[in-house]
Amino acid sequence: MLAFILRRLGQSVLVMLVVAFIAFMVFRYVGDPVVSMVGQDATTGDIEQLRTRLGLNDPFYVQFVRFVGNALQGQFGISYRLQQPVSQLILERLPATIELAFASALIALVFGVVLGIYTALKPRSFSSAVIMTISLVGVSLPTFLIGIGLIYLFAVELKVLPSFGRGQVVQLGWWRTGLLTESGWRSLILPAITLSLFQLTLIMRLVRAEMLEVMRTDYIRFARARGLSQRAINFGHALRNTLVPVITIAGLQLGSVIAFAIITETVFQWPGVGSLFVNSVQVVDVPVMAAYLVFVALVFVVINLIVDILYFIVDPRLRDGARTGR
Amino acid sequence: MTEPVLSVKNLVVEFPFRDDVFRAVDDVSFEIMPGEVVGVVGESGAGKSMTGAAVIGLIERPGHIAGGEIRLKGERIDNLPEDARAKLRGKRIGMVFQDPLTSLNPLYTVGRQLVETIRAHLPLSEAEARRKAIDLLVEAGIPKAAERIDSYPHQFSGGMRQRVVIALAIAAEPELIIADEPTSALDVSVQAQIIKVLKKLCASHGAAIMLITHDMGVIAQTADRMIVMHHGKIVETGTVGDIIRRPREPYTIKLIDSIPTISRTGETIAPEAANDDRAFVEIRDLVRDFELGRSAFTRLLPGKVEIFRAVNEVSFSIAKGKTFGLVGESGSGKSTCAKMIVGLLRPTSGSIHVDGHDVWAGAHGLRERRRRVQMIFQDPYASLNPRWRVADIVAEPMKTLGIARNRTEVQDRVADLLTKVRLEPGAMKKFPHEFSGGQRQRIAIARALSSQPEFIVCDEPTSALDVSVQAQVLDLMSALQEEFGLTYLLISHNLAVVRQMSSAVGVLHNGVLVESGPVDAIFDNPQADYTKMLLDAVPDISKVA
Repeated sequence: MLAFILRRLGQSVLVMLVVAFIAFMVFRYVGDPVVSMVGQDATTGDIEQLRTRLGLNDPFYVQFVRFVGNALQGQFGISYRLQQPVSQLILERLPATIELAFASALIALVFGVVLGIYTALKPRSFSSAVIMTISLVGVSLPTFLIGIGLIYLFAVELKVLPSFGRGQVVQLGWWRTGLLTESGWRSLILPAITLSLFQLTLIMRLVRAEMLEVMRTDYIRFARARGLSQRAINFGHALRNTLVPVITIAGLQLGSVIAFAIITETVFQWPGVGSLFVNSVQVVDVPVMAAYLVFVALVFVVINLIVDILYFIVDPRLRDGARTGR
Repeated sequence: MTEPVLSVKNLVVEFPFRDDVFRAVDDVSFEIMPGEVVGVVGESGAGKSMTGAAVIGLIERPGHIAGGEIRLKGERIDNLPEDARAKLRGKRIGMVFQDPLTSLNPLYTVGRQLVETIRAHLPLSEAEARRKAIDLLVEAGIPKAAERIDSYPHQFSGGMRQRVVIALAIAAEPELIIADEPTSALDVSVQAQIIKVLKKLCASHGAAIMLITHDMGVIAQTADRMIVMHHGKIVETGTVGDIIRRPREPYTIKLIDSIPTISRTGETIAPEAANDDRAFVEIRDLVRDFELGRSAFTRLLPGKVEIFRAVNEVSFSIAKGKTFGLVGESGSGKSTCAKMIVGLLRPTSGSIHVDGHDVWAGAHGLRERRRRVQMIFQDPYASLNPRWRVADIVAEPMKTLGIARNRTEVQDRVADLLTKVRLEPGAMKKFPHEFSGGQRQRIAIARALSSQPEFIVCDEPTSALDVSVQAQVLDLMSALQEEFGLTYLLISHNLAVVRQMSSAVGVLHNGVLVESGPVDAIFDNPQADYTKMLLDAVPDISKVA
């Protein structure tokens, strides 16, 4: 198990180095960073001097090692647009994104798994048919449309929930949270639902399909023949066997919710990393884009690592598989 | 006069379809006395498993009991509400399923599944239930049960898992055990042990057994009485000895006649004169290693490689127009040999020559091999592409190899081949799912013949088929062999099939060919201990006293 984790860690480092390399290439070769930094009236001498000072005349690999070294210390340079350190910009906005992502992931998981089990156990009931039909709408409607629709209904017509922003926030160390105030919670509801709907339907359909599959297996039949209670069979035996694929998808979805909540953040003017990224792309703010790339890769690598470890906890066959190499 | 444990009267199980009702079990009546072993035999679709499922109350929807009654110790159970029936399961009626590899939940330890079952039925504490679980495992013949109780199902072999399943079925001391093909997925040597365990445990716990199987040999060795089923109806009942020695109904007679037996009964294939002595297929020192514990990533790193030798210096030869039988238990390397011979798996060392051509000799060897060597697989359900029509399936080899090019020629050849394997030429318009198992295997044979091969490797060609269908397919294979002068390599775990079909036989054990020679010599006078053990373990109807 430990060997497995170490091996996966090694692979993760490799992935991060490759991503860092791409980020570095973007940073270094998309446009000339010096030209973007100095003013219009800088002389060639000034530029050359700045180049040397920034180390841009050093050999390629020296620059890359320096880039990785800086990245490890959280330094990605200074944003062209906002003239602030990039890492500080991201850190400032990260809490907003993470709170939104986790809220929506929680909604998606809880409702997705519960509804998935329900529709799988009562596949012929009327309510299952209704849920399945509604879920189709959830998959097929684009996020921005759902967001706008929710704003129209709850903010414009009913006037019960705010339509944009995070509401009042409280500073906890460097973490700026919206979870401690009422207006923060109220502001979270609409974007979290918007963001979760797609994941919710996906998880629900996956749980349902897996569960239907598992209910047909021999060991469930045998569990029935052994006279176990319906509850023990459904939740003890069947549910856990559906978890492996669900964990995979849920993990990947959480990653994409954190990294690509761009549309939802834009629609609700949510001050997270997604909207920072969109604004940076518009003005070709290369340091921010490069840092964002590394950040997204890190999120996915970490989540995948956790998912792999969860597999081990859920499925004993893998524990042995790693030992004998199968 | 004791009361029967189970009494089934005029049982009818129906499956309603859109515009039709299918009767899976039709007016079936029988009784099982305490401590009695009753065998229910029949081919697939005969309704024997459905009868078992009806007794324990696990009929899959939309099937349902449409008539008759089932009594357990005189008490009617078929009309009880679902939760009352659920209480009977495990407690008073236990069940053992066919495939031990899939009967246990892979995510929980064996102990947990046992304790859970025991506590669902008996008022015991966790610790007491665990002690009982260990006792049950010991009784079922699992060595070091106290240590192994916390192992997961995948850490046990197939035979050991079936022992666990039996332990689970008898955990709450039920009065009746329904064993649905309990040994069909196991090797012969393991099969014999499992039958012994099942019989012993039921005898010591006083449980009656309803043994459902397609294998008359298993029933001959295990059961007191037997019931023969066909198309949902009971054809014949009686004591095992009576039915096997003096079957009355034509169906039973046909069923018993179609069972190949390892003791030679019919005419013997006369030993060939030594004129055609030249080996047509020659296999020399075949070795195949598999590396263990290396993923794509760790392969980049240097380090010691663990090697598993699946096939170890196997040599044999087959004369033209003859059949060589390769027998062995699962994991003995039979299928690995087959894959190397047809060119699907590269041998680590050794050589394979078919008619003097090395099948692994570059592009030329490849082309020669593709035409000359074909293969028939075990599972006729999985080996045919379900989205293709039969005509395309059979025509593919001849098109690929350029044997026939224009449309009408291909069609004529396909029609001809289908007739050869006793199918209507009209079958070519259909899809594989429209055929029964035996018919599909005929299609697979037609496909193999399509490239006009000289040598066909048959990997368990009849293991997935019913006995009467098996007999037909084997007959067909023999007829085609004579007609086309084919050479067969017949791989099977079924010793009786090998005896019936082959002129020579090789016994494979852990990748080593422990014995080979003419079939009669080996079956009648085995030299290797392993061969003797294998032959002794075969349940055979001729062993009925």
